[in-house]
Amino acid sequence: MFSYCADPDTLGTFRWFSCYLTNGVHMSFYMSFVKVLVLLAVTAPVALAFGFAGAMAARSHFPPLGWLGKGYIAIVRGVPDIAFFLFFVIALDQAFEWTRHQMFCPDWTDPIRQGNDFLVCPQAKLPLGTAPEWVHETYGFFLAVITFSIVFGAFAANVLFGGMRAVPHAQLETAEAYGMSRRQTFWRILVPQMWVYALPGLSNLWMVLIKATPLLFLLGIEDIVYWARELGGTKTSRFTDYPHGDWRMWYFLFLLIFYLAMTRVSEIGLERLMRKLSHGQATAAGELLRKETTQ
Amino acid sequence: MSCLQTIQDYGLRSIGIGERLLPKGDYTLCEHFTLIGSGMIWNIYFGVMALATGFFLATALALGKASANPLLRKPSEWFIFVFRGSPLFIQFFFAYFFFLSLKKTYPMFDAFTAAWLGALIVLFLNTAAYSGEIFYGALRSIPKGDLEAADAYGMSGWSRFRRIVWPTMLRLAWPAYTNEAIFLFHATTLVFFSAFPAWQQRGDALYYASYFADKTFNPFIPYPILAFYFILLTLAIVGVFGLVNKRLNRHLPAARRARMRFRLNLAR
Repeated sequence: MFSYCADPDTLGTFRWFSCYLTNGVHMSFYMSFVKVLVLLAVTAPVALAFGFAGAMAARSHFPPLGWLGKGYIAIVRGVPDIAFFLFFVIALDQAFEWTRHQMFCPDWTDPIRQGNDFLVCPQAKLPLGTAPEWVHETYGFFLAVITFSIVFGAFAANVLFGGMRAVPHAQLETAEAYGMSRRQTFWRILVPQMWVYALPGLSNLWMVLIKATPLLFLLGIEDIVYWARELGGTKTSRFTDYPHGDWRMWYFLFLLIFYLAMTRVSEIGLERLMRKLSHGQATAAGELLRKETTQ
Repeated sequence: MSCLQTIQDYGLRSIGIGERLLPKGDYTLCEHFTLIGSGMIWNIYFGVMALATGFFLATALALGKASANPLLRKPSEWFIFVFRGSPLFIQFFFAYFFFLSLKKTYPMFDAFTAAWLGALIVLFLNTAAYSGEIFYGALRSIPKGDLEAADAYGMSGWSRFRRIVWPTMLRLAWPAYTNEAIFLFHATTLVFFSAFPAWQQRGDALYYASYFADKTFNPFIPYPILAFYFILLTLAIVGVFGLVNKRLNRHLPAARRARMRFRLNLAR
Protein backbone atom coordinates (compact mmCIF):
# COMPACT_ATOMS: atom_id res chain seq x y z
CA MET A 1 0.00 0.00 0.00
CA PHE A 2 2.65 2.52 1.05
CA SER A 3 6.01 2.92 -0.63
CA TYR A 4 7.97 2.04 2.50
CA CYS A 5 6.24 -1.37 2.79
CA ALA A 6 8.77 -3.16 0.58
CA ASP A 7 10.73 -4.62 3.49
CA PRO A 8 8.51 -4.90 6.59
CA ASP A 9 11.26 -6.37 8.80
CA THR A 10 13.01 -3.03 9.11
CA LEU A 11 9.96 -0.96 10.02
CA GLY A 12 9.02 0.57 13.37
CA THR A 13 5.85 -0.52 15.16
CA PHE A 14 3.54 2.13 13.78
CA ARG A 15 4.71 1.80 10.18
CA TRP A 16 4.70 -1.98 10.45
CA PHE A 17 1.03 -1.93 11.45
CA SER A 18 0.14 0.58 8.76
CA CYS A 19 1.59 -1.83 6.19
CA TYR A 20 0.20 -4.96 7.86
CA LEU A 21 -3.35 -3.65 8.09
CA THR A 22 -3.42 -2.57 4.44
CA ASN A 23 -1.97 -5.67 2.76
CA GLY A 24 -3.92 -7.77 0.28
CA VAL A 25 -5.56 -10.25 2.66
CA HIS A 26 -6.69 -7.46 4.93
CA MET A 27 -8.42 -5.83 1.98
CA SER A 28 -10.37 -9.09 1.55
CA PHE A 29 -11.16 -8.91 5.26
CA TYR A 30 -12.56 -5.39 4.84
CA MET A 31 -14.51 -6.50 1.77
CA SER A 32 -16.19 -9.17 3.86
CA PHE A 33 -17.71 -6.41 6.02
CA VAL A 34 -19.30 -5.13 2.82
CA LYS A 35 -20.68 -8.65 2.31
CA VAL A 36 -22.36 -8.49 5.71
CA LEU A 37 -23.89 -5.11 4.91
CA VAL A 38 -25.10 -6.34 1.51
CA LEU A 39 -26.64 -9.36 3.17
CA LEU A 40 -28.50 -7.09 5.61
CA ALA A 41 -29.62 -4.75 2.84
CA VAL A 42 -30.96 -7.57 0.67
CA THR A 43 -32.36 -9.84 3.37
CA ALA A 44 -34.35 -7.23 5.29
CA PRO A 45 -36.80 -6.30 2.48
CA VAL A 46 -37.03 -9.87 1.13
CA ALA A 47 -37.72 -11.26 4.61
CA LEU A 48 -40.34 -8.57 5.13
CA ALA A 49 -42.04 -9.64 1.90
CA PHE A 50 -41.92 -13.30 2.98
CA GLY A 51 -43.31 -12.25 6.34
CA PHE A 52 -46.13 -10.28 4.78
CA ALA A 53 -47.07 -13.22 2.59
CA GLY A 54 -46.89 -15.54 5.60
CA ALA A 55 -49.07 -13.28 7.74
CA MET A 56 -51.61 -12.95 4.93
CA ALA A 57 -51.68 -16.72 4.52
CA ALA A 58 -52.12 -17.21 8.27
CA ARG A 59 -55.15 -14.87 8.20
CA SER A 60 -56.67 -16.69 5.25
CA HIS A 61 -60.12 -18.21 5.62
CA PHE A 62 -59.24 -20.97 3.18
CA PRO A 63 -58.08 -23.67 5.63
CA PRO A 64 -55.08 -25.24 3.81
CA LEU A 65 -53.59 -21.80 3.19
CA GLY A 66 -54.26 -20.78 6.79
CA TRP A 67 -52.56 -23.93 8.09
CA LEU A 68 -49.63 -23.31 5.79
CA GLY A 69 -49.17 -19.78 7.12
CA LYS A 70 -49.60 -20.78 10.77
CA GLY A 71 -47.33 -23.77 10.34
CA TYR A 72 -44.66 -21.58 8.77
CA ILE A 73 -44.81 -19.24 11.77
CA ALA A 74 -44.98 -21.97 14.40
CA ILE A 75 -42.20 -24.24 13.21
CA VAL A 76 -39.47 -21.63 13.63
CA ARG A 77 -40.44 -21.08 17.25
CA GLY A 78 -39.75 -24.61 18.41
CA VAL A 79 -36.52 -25.29 16.54
CA PRO A 80 -33.14 -23.52 16.74
CA ASP A 81 -32.67 -21.15 13.81
CA ILE A 82 -29.17 -22.44 13.12
CA ALA A 83 -30.67 -25.85 12.37
CA PHE A 84 -32.74 -24.16 9.68
CA PHE A 85 -29.69 -22.46 8.27
CA LEU A 86 -27.80 -25.72 7.96
CA PHE A 87 -30.87 -27.50 6.58
CA PHE A 88 -31.94 -25.00 3.95
CA VAL A 89 -28.53 -24.49 2.41
CA ILE A 90 -28.32 -28.16 1.40
CA ALA A 91 -32.04 -28.61 0.80
CA LEU A 92 -32.34 -25.56 -1.49
CA ASP A 93 -29.26 -26.53 -3.44
CA GLN A 94 -30.62 -30.04 -3.99
CA ALA A 95 -34.07 -28.71 -4.87
CA PHE A 96 -32.61 -26.46 -7.56
CA GLU A 97 -30.41 -29.17 -8.98
CA TRP A 98 -33.24 -31.69 -8.94
CA THR A 99 -35.53 -29.30 -10.84
CA ARG A 100 -32.87 -28.61 -13.43
CA HIS A 101 -32.19 -32.31 -13.70
CA GLN A 102 -35.85 -32.97 -14.54
CA MET A 103 -35.78 -30.18 -17.11
CA PHE A 104 -32.47 -30.83 -18.87
CA CYS A 105 -32.02 -34.58 -18.66
CA PRO A 106 -35.43 -36.24 -19.01
CA ASP A 107 -33.92 -39.49 -20.32
CA TRP A 108 -31.45 -39.95 -17.46
CA THR A 109 -32.22 -43.37 -15.97
CA ASP A 110 -29.88 -43.68 -12.97
CA PRO A 111 -31.43 -42.85 -9.60
CA ILE A 112 -30.41 -39.46 -8.20
CA ARG A 113 -29.84 -40.70 -4.66
CA GLN A 114 -27.31 -43.51 -4.86
CA GLY A 115 -26.49 -44.61 -1.35
CA ASN A 116 -24.87 -41.61 0.25
CA ASP A 117 -24.56 -39.58 -2.95
CA PHE A 118 -26.72 -37.04 -4.68
CA LEU A 119 -26.00 -37.35 -8.41
CA VAL A 120 -27.55 -35.23 -11.13
CA CYS A 121 -26.46 -35.04 -14.76
CA PRO A 122 -23.55 -32.65 -15.46
CA GLN A 123 -25.75 -30.09 -17.26
CA ALA A 124 -27.95 -29.75 -14.17
CA LYS A 125 -25.12 -28.99 -11.75
CA LEU A 126 -25.34 -25.63 -10.03
CA PRO A 127 -23.19 -23.79 -10.73
CA LEU A 128 -21.83 -25.64 -13.77
CA GLY A 129 -18.53 -27.41 -13.24
CA THR A 130 -16.93 -25.13 -15.81
CA ALA A 131 -18.14 -21.89 -14.22
CA PRO A 132 -15.52 -19.43 -12.94
CA GLU A 133 -14.82 -18.98 -9.24
CA TRP A 134 -16.90 -15.84 -8.76
CA VAL A 135 -20.04 -17.65 -9.98
CA HIS A 136 -19.57 -20.26 -7.26
CA GLU A 137 -19.18 -17.55 -4.64
CA THR A 138 -22.19 -15.60 -5.84
CA TYR A 139 -24.31 -18.73 -5.93
CA GLY A 140 -23.30 -19.53 -2.34
CA PHE A 141 -24.17 -16.02 -1.26
CA PHE A 142 -27.49 -16.23 -3.11
CA LEU A 143 -28.37 -19.44 -1.24
CA ALA A 144 -27.45 -17.76 2.03
CA VAL A 145 -29.71 -14.79 1.28
CA ILE A 146 -32.68 -17.06 0.51
CA THR A 147 -32.04 -19.09 3.67
CA PHE A 148 -31.89 -16.00 5.84
CA SER A 149 -35.02 -14.65 4.18
CA ILE A 150 -37.00 -17.82 4.80
CA VAL A 151 -36.06 -18.00 8.48
CA PHE A 152 -36.45 -14.30 9.19
CA GLY A 153 -39.56 -14.22 7.02
CA ALA A 154 -41.16 -16.57 9.54
CA PHE A 155 -40.18 -14.27 12.42
CA ALA A 156 -41.51 -11.26 10.49
CA ALA A 157 -44.73 -13.12 9.68
CA ASN A 158 -45.29 -13.65 13.38
CA VAL A 159 -44.73 -9.96 14.15
CA LEU A 160 -46.92 -8.75 11.28
CA PHE A 161 -49.66 -11.24 12.18
CA GLY A 162 -49.64 -9.77 15.70
CA GLY A 163 -49.65 -6.24 14.28
CA MET A 164 -52.68 -7.03 12.12
CA ARG A 165 -54.54 -8.41 15.09
CA ALA A 166 -53.69 -5.35 17.18
CA VAL A 167 -55.53 -2.94 14.86
CA PRO A 168 -58.76 -2.00 16.72
CA HIS A 169 -61.60 -4.14 15.53
CA ALA A 170 -63.96 -1.15 15.32
CA GLN A 171 -61.89 0.14 12.42
CA LEU A 172 -62.60 -2.98 10.42
CA GLU A 173 -66.28 -3.00 11.35
CA THR A 174 -66.58 0.61 10.23
CA ALA A 175 -65.02 -0.29 6.89
CA GLU A 176 -67.54 -3.11 6.54
CA ALA A 177 -70.37 -0.70 7.38
CA TYR A 178 -69.19 1.52 4.56
CA GLY A 179 -69.63 -1.42 2.23
CA MET A 180 -66.00 -2.23 1.61
CA SER A 181 -65.17 -5.72 0.46
CA ARG A 182 -62.78 -7.91 2.47
CA ARG A 183 -59.99 -7.13 0.06
CA GLN A 184 -60.60 -3.38 0.27
CA THR A 185 -60.75 -3.48 4.06
CA PHE A 186 -57.45 -5.31 4.18
CA TRP A 187 -55.52 -3.03 1.86
CA ARG A 188 -57.08 0.33 2.73
CA ILE A 189 -57.76 0.05 6.46
CA LEU A 190 -55.75 -2.77 8.01
CA VAL A 191 -52.40 -2.51 6.22
CA PRO A 192 -51.82 1.24 6.67
CA GLN A 193 -52.57 1.02 10.39
CA MET A 194 -50.73 -2.11 11.38
CA TRP A 195 -47.19 -0.72 11.01
CA VAL A 196 -47.20 1.25 14.24
CA TYR A 197 -48.16 -1.87 16.16
CA ALA A 198 -45.65 -4.00 14.30
CA LEU A 199 -42.73 -1.60 14.54
CA PRO A 200 -41.43 -2.56 18.02
CA GLY A 201 -41.40 -6.19 16.93
CA LEU A 202 -39.81 -5.38 13.60
CA SER A 203 -37.06 -3.29 15.17
CA ASN A 204 -36.34 -6.13 17.56
CA LEU A 205 -36.17 -8.38 14.52
CA TRP A 206 -33.69 -6.05 12.83
CA MET A 207 -31.42 -6.32 15.87
CA VAL A 208 -31.69 -10.10 15.79
CA LEU A 209 -30.91 -10.08 12.07
CA ILE A 210 -27.75 -8.05 12.66
CA LYS A 211 -26.69 -10.49 15.33
CA ALA A 212 -27.41 -13.46 13.07
CA THR A 213 -25.09 -12.31 10.29
CA PRO A 214 -21.98 -14.11 11.65
CA LEU A 215 -23.84 -17.35 10.98
CA LEU A 216 -22.95 -16.75 7.33
CA PHE A 217 -19.73 -18.49 8.28
CA LEU A 218 -21.62 -21.74 8.81
CA LEU A 219 -23.11 -21.50 5.33
CA GLY A 220 -19.65 -21.69 3.80
CA ILE A 221 -19.30 -18.01 2.91
CA GLU A 222 -15.93 -16.30 3.35
CA ASP A 223 -17.33 -13.74 5.77
CA ILE A 224 -15.81 -11.74 8.61
CA VAL A 225 -15.61 -14.72 10.95
CA TYR A 226 -13.76 -16.74 8.32
CA TRP A 227 -11.24 -13.96 7.70
CA ALA A 228 -10.78 -13.20 11.38
CA ARG A 229 -9.84 -16.83 11.96
CA GLU A 230 -7.57 -16.90 8.92
CA LEU A 231 -5.76 -13.65 9.58
CA GLY A 232 -5.48 -14.01 13.34
CA GLY A 233 -3.81 -17.43 13.30
CA THR A 234 -0.10 -17.70 14.00
CA LYS A 235 2.01 -16.78 10.96
CA THR A 236 5.65 -17.69 10.56
CA SER A 237 8.06 -15.73 8.41
CA ARG A 238 8.20 -18.58 5.88
CA PHE A 239 4.74 -17.83 4.55
CA THR A 240 4.27 -14.13 5.08
CA ASP A 241 6.20 -10.88 5.28
CA TYR A 242 4.34 -10.08 8.48
CA PRO A 243 4.96 -12.87 10.98
CA HIS A 244 3.02 -12.67 14.25
CA GLY A 245 1.69 -14.85 17.05
CA ASP A 246 -1.87 -15.99 17.68
CA TRP A 247 -3.90 -12.79 17.36
CA ARG A 248 -7.30 -14.36 16.83
CA MET A 249 -8.49 -13.04 20.18
CA TRP A 250 -7.84 -9.46 19.06
CA TYR A 251 -9.52 -9.97 15.72
CA PHE A 252 -12.63 -11.29 17.43
CA LEU A 253 -12.50 -8.44 19.92
CA PHE A 254 -12.60 -6.13 16.92
CA LEU A 255 -15.64 -7.99 15.52
CA LEU A 256 -17.32 -7.74 18.92
CA ILE A 257 -16.80 -3.98 18.90
CA PHE A 258 -18.00 -3.75 15.30
CA TYR A 259 -21.26 -5.48 16.22
CA LEU A 260 -21.72 -3.39 19.35
CA ALA A 261 -21.36 -0.27 17.21
CA MET A 262 -23.85 -1.62 14.66
CA THR A 263 -26.48 -2.38 17.28
CA ARG A 264 -25.95 0.96 19.04
CA VAL A 265 -26.35 2.91 15.79
CA SER A 266 -29.48 0.92 14.90
CA GLU A 267 -30.90 1.48 18.36
CA ILE A 268 -30.57 5.24 17.99
CA GLY A 269 -31.95 5.18 14.44
CA LEU A 270 -34.94 3.05 15.38
CA GLU A 271 -35.71 5.25 18.38
CA ARG A 272 -35.88 8.25 16.05
CA LEU A 273 -38.09 6.35 13.59
CA MET A 274 -40.47 5.28 16.36
CA ARG A 275 -40.68 8.85 17.57
CA LYS A 276 -41.53 10.02 14.10
CA LEU A 277 -44.18 7.34 13.57
CA SER A 278 -45.74 7.93 16.99
CA HIS A 279 -46.34 11.55 16.11
CA GLY A 280 -50.06 12.21 16.14
CA GLN A 281 -50.95 8.60 17.01
CA ALA A 282 -53.53 7.83 19.65
CA THR A 283 -51.04 5.80 21.68
CA ALA A 284 -49.19 6.47 24.92
CA ALA A 285 -46.04 7.44 23.03
CA GLY A 286 -47.99 9.80 20.82
CA GLU A 287 -49.64 11.36 23.86
CA LEU A 288 -46.22 11.91 25.44
CA LEU A 289 -45.01 13.69 22.31
CA ARG A 290 -48.09 15.91 22.32
CA LYS A 291 -47.50 16.88 25.95
CA GLU A 292 -43.86 17.66 25.26
CA THR A 293 -44.74 20.13 22.54
CA THR A 294 -47.68 21.79 24.28
CA GLN A 295 -45.97 22.36 27.60
CA MET B 1 -27.92 -55.02 14.54
CA SER B 2 -31.12 -54.49 16.42
CA CYS B 3 -32.27 -51.07 17.50
CA LEU B 4 -31.93 -51.95 21.17
CA GLN B 5 -28.29 -52.81 20.56
CA THR B 6 -27.78 -49.45 18.83
CA ILE B 7 -29.28 -47.62 21.77
CA GLN B 8 -26.98 -49.52 24.14
CA ASP B 9 -23.97 -48.65 22.01
CA TYR B 10 -24.68 -45.05 21.17
CA GLY B 11 -27.27 -43.82 23.69
CA LEU B 12 -24.60 -42.17 25.83
CA ARG B 13 -22.03 -41.72 23.06
CA SER B 14 -21.99 -37.93 23.48
CA ILE B 15 -20.56 -38.22 27.00
CA GLY B 16 -18.08 -40.91 26.06
CA ILE B 17 -19.87 -44.05 27.26
CA GLY B 18 -20.37 -46.88 24.82
CA GLU B 19 -19.01 -47.52 21.35
CA ARG B 20 -16.04 -45.35 20.47
CA LEU B 21 -16.41 -45.36 16.67
CA LEU B 22 -19.38 -43.69 15.08
CA PRO B 23 -21.45 -45.91 12.77
CA LYS B 24 -20.26 -46.18 9.18
CA GLY B 25 -21.84 -46.83 5.83
CA ASP B 26 -25.60 -47.08 5.59
CA TYR B 27 -27.16 -45.30 8.50
CA THR B 28 -30.42 -46.64 9.87
CA LEU B 29 -33.19 -44.45 11.16
CA CYS B 30 -32.54 -45.91 14.57
CA GLU B 31 -28.93 -44.72 14.52
CA HIS B 32 -30.10 -41.24 13.55
CA PHE B 33 -32.54 -41.08 16.44
CA THR B 34 -30.14 -42.55 18.98
CA LEU B 35 -27.11 -40.40 18.22
CA ILE B 36 -28.99 -37.13 17.85
CA GLY B 37 -30.88 -37.91 21.03
CA SER B 38 -27.62 -38.68 22.78
CA GLY B 39 -26.36 -35.27 21.68
CA MET B 40 -29.36 -33.66 23.39
CA ILE B 41 -27.65 -34.48 26.71
CA TRP B 42 -25.21 -31.66 26.01
CA ASN B 43 -27.95 -29.21 25.04
CA ILE B 44 -29.83 -29.96 28.24
CA TYR B 45 -26.64 -29.76 30.32
CA PHE B 46 -25.68 -26.35 28.92
CA GLY B 47 -29.20 -24.98 29.12
CA VAL B 48 -29.99 -26.14 32.65
CA MET B 49 -26.63 -25.14 34.11
CA ALA B 50 -26.60 -21.73 32.44
CA LEU B 51 -30.17 -21.00 33.55
CA ALA B 52 -29.57 -22.15 37.11
CA THR B 53 -26.45 -20.03 37.56
CA GLY B 54 -27.48 -17.14 35.34
CA PHE B 55 -30.66 -16.58 37.32
CA PHE B 56 -28.78 -15.21 40.33
CA LEU B 57 -26.48 -12.96 38.32
CA ALA B 58 -29.53 -11.74 36.40
CA THR B 59 -31.27 -10.73 39.63
CA ALA B 60 -28.15 -8.90 40.75
CA LEU B 61 -27.83 -7.16 37.38
CA ALA B 62 -31.46 -6.08 37.40
CA LEU B 63 -31.10 -4.63 40.89
CA GLY B 64 -27.84 -2.99 39.84
CA LYS B 65 -29.38 -1.40 36.77
CA ALA B 66 -32.33 -0.14 38.81
CA SER B 67 -30.05 1.21 41.52
CA ALA B 68 -29.63 4.95 42.09
CA ASN B 69 -25.93 4.56 42.77
CA PRO B 70 -23.96 5.06 39.54
CA LEU B 71 -21.16 2.78 40.80
CA LEU B 72 -23.64 -0.11 40.68
CA ARG B 73 -25.76 1.11 37.79
CA LYS B 74 -23.08 1.85 35.18
CA PRO B 75 -21.31 -1.54 35.29
CA SER B 76 -24.64 -3.36 35.13
CA GLU B 77 -25.79 -1.26 32.17
CA TRP B 78 -22.53 -1.89 30.34
CA PHE B 79 -22.56 -5.59 31.05
CA ILE B 80 -26.09 -5.93 29.72
CA PHE B 81 -25.29 -3.80 26.67
CA VAL B 82 -22.15 -5.74 25.75
CA PHE B 83 -23.75 -9.16 26.01
CA ARG B 84 -27.08 -8.21 24.42
CA GLY B 85 -25.54 -6.03 21.73
CA SER B 86 -23.15 -8.54 20.22
CA PRO B 87 -23.80 -11.92 18.61
CA LEU B 88 -23.45 -14.95 20.86
CA PHE B 89 -21.53 -16.64 18.07
CA ILE B 90 -18.79 -13.99 18.19
CA GLN B 91 -18.80 -14.14 22.00
CA PHE B 92 -18.05 -17.85 21.82
CA PHE B 93 -15.16 -17.27 19.44
CA PHE B 94 -13.72 -14.44 21.46
CA ALA B 95 -14.01 -16.34 24.74
CA TYR B 96 -12.39 -19.44 23.28
CA PHE B 97 -9.37 -17.59 21.93
CA PHE B 98 -9.18 -15.54 25.11
CA PHE B 99 -9.04 -18.70 27.23
CA LEU B 100 -6.56 -20.18 24.79
CA SER B 101 -4.12 -17.31 25.26
CA LEU B 102 -4.66 -17.41 29.03
CA LYS B 103 -3.84 -21.08 28.96
CA LYS B 104 -0.48 -20.35 27.34
CA THR B 105 0.64 -18.26 30.28
CA TYR B 106 -1.26 -20.02 33.08
CA PRO B 107 -1.72 -23.78 32.49
CA MET B 108 -4.45 -23.89 35.13
CA PHE B 109 -6.87 -22.46 32.53
CA ASP B 110 -6.71 -25.75 30.64
CA ALA B 111 -10.31 -26.73 31.41
CA PHE B 112 -11.62 -23.38 30.22
CA THR B 113 -10.80 -24.19 26.59
CA ALA B 114 -13.04 -27.25 26.75
CA ALA B 115 -16.67 -26.76 25.86
CA TRP B 116 -18.13 -28.08 29.10
CA LEU B 117 -16.67 -25.18 31.08
CA GLY B 118 -15.66 -22.46 28.61
CA ALA B 119 -18.90 -22.43 26.63
CA LEU B 120 -20.89 -22.76 29.82
CA ILE B 121 -19.31 -19.56 31.16
CA VAL B 122 -20.23 -17.67 27.99
CA LEU B 123 -23.79 -18.99 28.09
CA PHE B 124 -24.02 -18.12 31.79
CA LEU B 125 -22.94 -14.52 31.20
CA ASN B 126 -25.09 -14.22 28.12
CA THR B 127 -28.30 -15.50 29.67
CA ALA B 128 -27.63 -13.39 32.77
CA ALA B 129 -27.55 -10.27 30.57
CA TYR B 130 -30.74 -11.15 28.69
CA SER B 131 -32.67 -12.19 31.81
CA GLY B 132 -31.23 -9.24 33.70
CA GLU B 133 -32.86 -6.91 31.19
CA ILE B 134 -36.16 -8.81 31.52
CA PHE B 135 -36.02 -8.64 35.32
CA TYR B 136 -35.13 -4.96 35.17
CA GLY B 137 -38.22 -4.29 33.08
CA ALA B 138 -40.34 -6.23 35.57
CA LEU B 139 -38.74 -4.42 38.50
CA ARG B 140 -39.81 -1.12 37.05
CA SER B 141 -43.39 -2.25 36.55
CA ILE B 142 -44.00 -3.46 40.10
CA PRO B 143 -47.30 -1.82 41.13
CA LYS B 144 -46.69 1.24 43.30
CA GLY B 145 -49.42 0.12 45.68
CA ASP B 146 -47.53 -3.07 46.57
CA LEU B 147 -44.47 -1.10 47.61
CA GLU B 148 -46.55 1.40 49.58
CA ALA B 149 -48.28 -1.46 51.35
CA ALA B 150 -44.89 -2.88 52.27
CA ASP B 151 -43.86 0.51 53.66
CA ALA B 152 -47.10 0.72 55.61
CA TYR B 153 -46.36 -2.63 57.23
CA GLY B 154 -42.98 -1.30 58.27
CA MET B 155 -41.02 -3.55 55.99
CA SER B 156 -37.73 -2.34 54.69
CA GLY B 157 -34.45 -3.56 53.29
CA TRP B 158 -34.06 -7.30 53.01
CA SER B 159 -37.50 -8.35 54.21
CA ARG B 160 -39.19 -5.95 51.77
CA PHE B 161 -37.09 -7.30 48.94
CA ARG B 162 -37.54 -10.93 49.91
CA ARG B 163 -41.29 -10.79 50.49
CA ILE B 164 -42.57 -8.14 48.09
CA VAL B 165 -40.16 -6.93 45.43
CA TRP B 166 -38.58 -10.20 44.37
CA PRO B 167 -41.72 -12.37 44.11
CA THR B 168 -43.57 -9.64 42.25
CA MET B 169 -40.66 -9.11 39.91
CA LEU B 170 -40.53 -12.83 39.14
CA ARG B 171 -44.28 -13.00 38.66
CA LEU B 172 -44.26 -10.15 36.15
CA ALA B 173 -41.14 -11.33 34.34
CA TRP B 174 -42.05 -15.01 34.16
CA PRO B 175 -43.66 -15.23 30.68
CA ALA B 176 -40.76 -13.32 29.11
CA TYR B 177 -38.29 -15.36 31.14
CA THR B 178 -39.83 -18.55 29.79
CA ASN B 179 -39.16 -17.27 26.30
CA GLU B 180 -35.59 -16.51 27.24
CA ALA B 181 -35.20 -20.06 28.55
CA ILE B 182 -36.50 -21.53 25.29
CA PHE B 183 -34.09 -19.46 23.26
CA LEU B 184 -31.21 -20.23 25.56
CA PHE B 185 -31.74 -23.92 24.85
CA HIS B 186 -31.79 -23.13 21.15
CA ALA B 187 -28.59 -21.12 21.51
CA THR B 188 -26.79 -24.10 23.04
CA THR B 189 -26.65 -25.61 19.55
CA LEU B 190 -24.08 -22.96 18.59
CA VAL B 191 -21.44 -24.23 21.00
CA PHE B 192 -19.81 -26.87 18.82
CA PHE B 193 -20.15 -24.78 15.69
CA SER B 194 -18.09 -21.96 17.13
CA ALA B 195 -14.49 -22.51 18.06
CA PHE B 196 -15.02 -24.99 20.90
CA PRO B 197 -13.82 -28.41 19.72
CA ALA B 198 -15.95 -31.52 20.08
CA TRP B 199 -13.41 -33.77 21.76
CA GLN B 200 -13.51 -37.36 20.43
CA GLN B 201 -16.60 -36.42 18.41
CA ARG B 202 -18.62 -35.93 21.57
CA GLY B 203 -20.95 -33.22 20.37
CA ASP B 204 -24.46 -31.92 20.87
CA ALA B 205 -27.58 -32.82 18.91
CA LEU B 206 -26.90 -30.43 16.04
CA TYR B 207 -23.33 -31.66 15.80
CA TYR B 208 -24.53 -35.20 15.14
CA ALA B 209 -27.35 -34.03 12.86
CA SER B 210 -24.92 -32.14 10.66
CA TYR B 211 -22.53 -35.11 10.83
CA PHE B 212 -25.23 -37.29 9.29
CA ALA B 213 -26.20 -34.62 6.76
CA ASP B 214 -22.58 -34.27 5.67
CA LYS B 215 -22.07 -38.00 5.34
CA THR B 216 -25.30 -38.94 3.57
CA PHE B 217 -25.77 -35.63 1.76
CA ASN B 218 -29.42 -35.94 2.72
CA PRO B 219 -30.65 -33.19 5.05
CA PHE B 220 -34.24 -34.40 5.02
CA ILE B 221 -33.80 -37.06 7.71
CA PRO B 222 -31.42 -35.75 10.43
CA TYR B 223 -32.74 -32.19 10.67
CA PRO B 224 -36.42 -33.11 11.07
CA ILE B 225 -35.33 -35.55 13.80
CA LEU B 226 -33.46 -32.71 15.50
CA ALA B 227 -36.54 -30.53 15.11
CA PHE B 228 -38.64 -33.26 16.72
CA TYR B 229 -36.34 -33.42 19.77
CA PHE B 230 -36.27 -29.65 20.14
CA ILE B 231 -40.04 -29.33 19.91
CA LEU B 232 -40.29 -31.93 22.70
CA LEU B 233 -37.75 -29.95 24.72
CA THR B 234 -39.62 -26.70 24.13
CA LEU B 235 -42.86 -28.31 25.28
CA ALA B 236 -41.13 -29.61 28.40
CA ILE B 237 -39.76 -26.15 29.21
CA VAL B 238 -43.18 -24.57 28.71
CA GLY B 239 -44.64 -27.23 31.02
CA VAL B 240 -42.11 -26.77 33.82
CA PHE B 241 -42.14 -22.99 33.65
CA GLY B 242 -45.94 -23.09 33.54
CA LEU B 243 -45.95 -24.92 36.90
CA VAL B 244 -43.70 -22.25 38.41
CA ASN B 245 -45.91 -19.57 36.93
CA LYS B 246 -48.91 -21.15 38.59
CA ARG B 247 -47.16 -21.08 41.95
CA LEU B 248 -46.03 -17.47 41.53
CA ASN B 249 -49.58 -16.39 40.76
CA ARG B 250 -51.35 -18.55 43.35
CA HIS B 251 -52.35 -15.63 45.61
CA LEU B 252 -54.22 -13.80 42.87
CA PRO B 253 -57.97 -14.17 42.30
CA ALA B 254 -58.57 -16.58 39.45
CA ALA B 255 -59.83 -13.95 37.04
CA ARG B 256 -56.78 -11.72 37.39
CA ARG B 257 -54.32 -14.57 37.22
CA ALA B 258 -52.11 -13.99 34.23
CA ARG B 259 -52.49 -16.82 31.78
CA MET B 260 -49.15 -17.68 30.28
CA ARG B 261 -49.06 -16.11 26.88
CA PHE B 262 -45.95 -16.64 24.87
CA ARG B 263 -44.94 -13.81 22.67
CA LEU B 264 -42.03 -14.30 20.40
CA ASN B 265 -39.13 -12.27 21.66
CA LEU B 266 -36.79 -14.00 19.24
CA ALA B 267 -33.37 -15.45 19.64
CA ARG B 268 -30.25 -13.57 20.59
